[in-house]
Amino acid sequence: MSLLYFFFAILAILAISSAVVTITSRNPVRSAFALVFHFFTLAGLYLTLNAQFVAVIQVLVYAGAIMVLVVFVIMLLNLSNEERLSERFDVRKAVAIFFGIAFVIQIVLSVLIPGTFQSNLHPDSLRIGTAQEIGKVLFSNYIVPVEIVGILLIVAIIGAIVLAKRKLD
Amino acid sequence: MQTIPLEFYLILSAVLFTIGTIGVLTRRNAIVVFMSIELMLNSVNLTFVAFSAFMGDIAGQIFVFFIMAIAAGEATIGLAIVLALFRLKQSVYVDEANQLKW
Repeated sequence: MSLLYFFFAILAILAISSAVVTITSRNPVRSAFALVFHFFTLAGLYLTLNAQFVAVIQVLVYAGAIMVLVVFVIMLLNLSNEERLSERFDVRKAVAIFFGIAFVIQIVLSVLIPGTFQSNLHPDSLRIGTAQEIGKVLFSNYIVPVEIVGILLIVAIIGAIVLAKRKLD
Repeated sequence: MQTIPLEFYLILSAVLFTIGTIGVLTRRNAIVVFMSIELMLNSVNLTFVAFSAFMGDIAGQIFVFFIMAIAAGEATIGLAIVLALFRLKQSVYVDEANQLKW
């Protein structure tokens, strides 16, 4: 049990620090790679929750597909050294950080009321994390949303092609 | 089965969501703003999976798949918009995209 706590603490620290690097680094390529690392730590956190299939999909879809797209666009635009002279501290940043910390304190206070949540994983959690169970539910109860998501992805592909084309004719 | 309490996951998720929000509000580079939105989506996914595992309900993990699909669509469209903006302005800073402001 203490080993699990140790694992969780390491993953949480890595996730938070890589997220901070993502939003503070001036070089977009560096923040993209910090974000890839963040996705891997989140996959590890899903594993501590017995959600094996979600962990695999997290690595495949986010770290594999979406971040490749982001890195391609960053390399395509070639904007590494413009950022440096224009990023500055202003009142917007201070307000954002103030409200962010207030939000975290609010959530922590509301979550820490004793006895709100049960402290053990549900006994079914090992069973429902597998690809078999998720596939069964996804293609029976949720078949209409799955089809709608398919249509949405087709629309997104067509929209991306139309937007990225040099000239409409 | 003794595990890490649910509160730890919720607090971690709140911290990550807030980091993402601060990134959206403070950065000028549109691609970094976009990556901060991905951070926020992922923290919500963590909450969904945590509740799903603690309640023994599979719906949370199903919703994570839908959120990932939405994020993929958002990634393609958002990056295409960034490309179009760069073609128009030679820059990806969000405060220079002010064509709609009169």
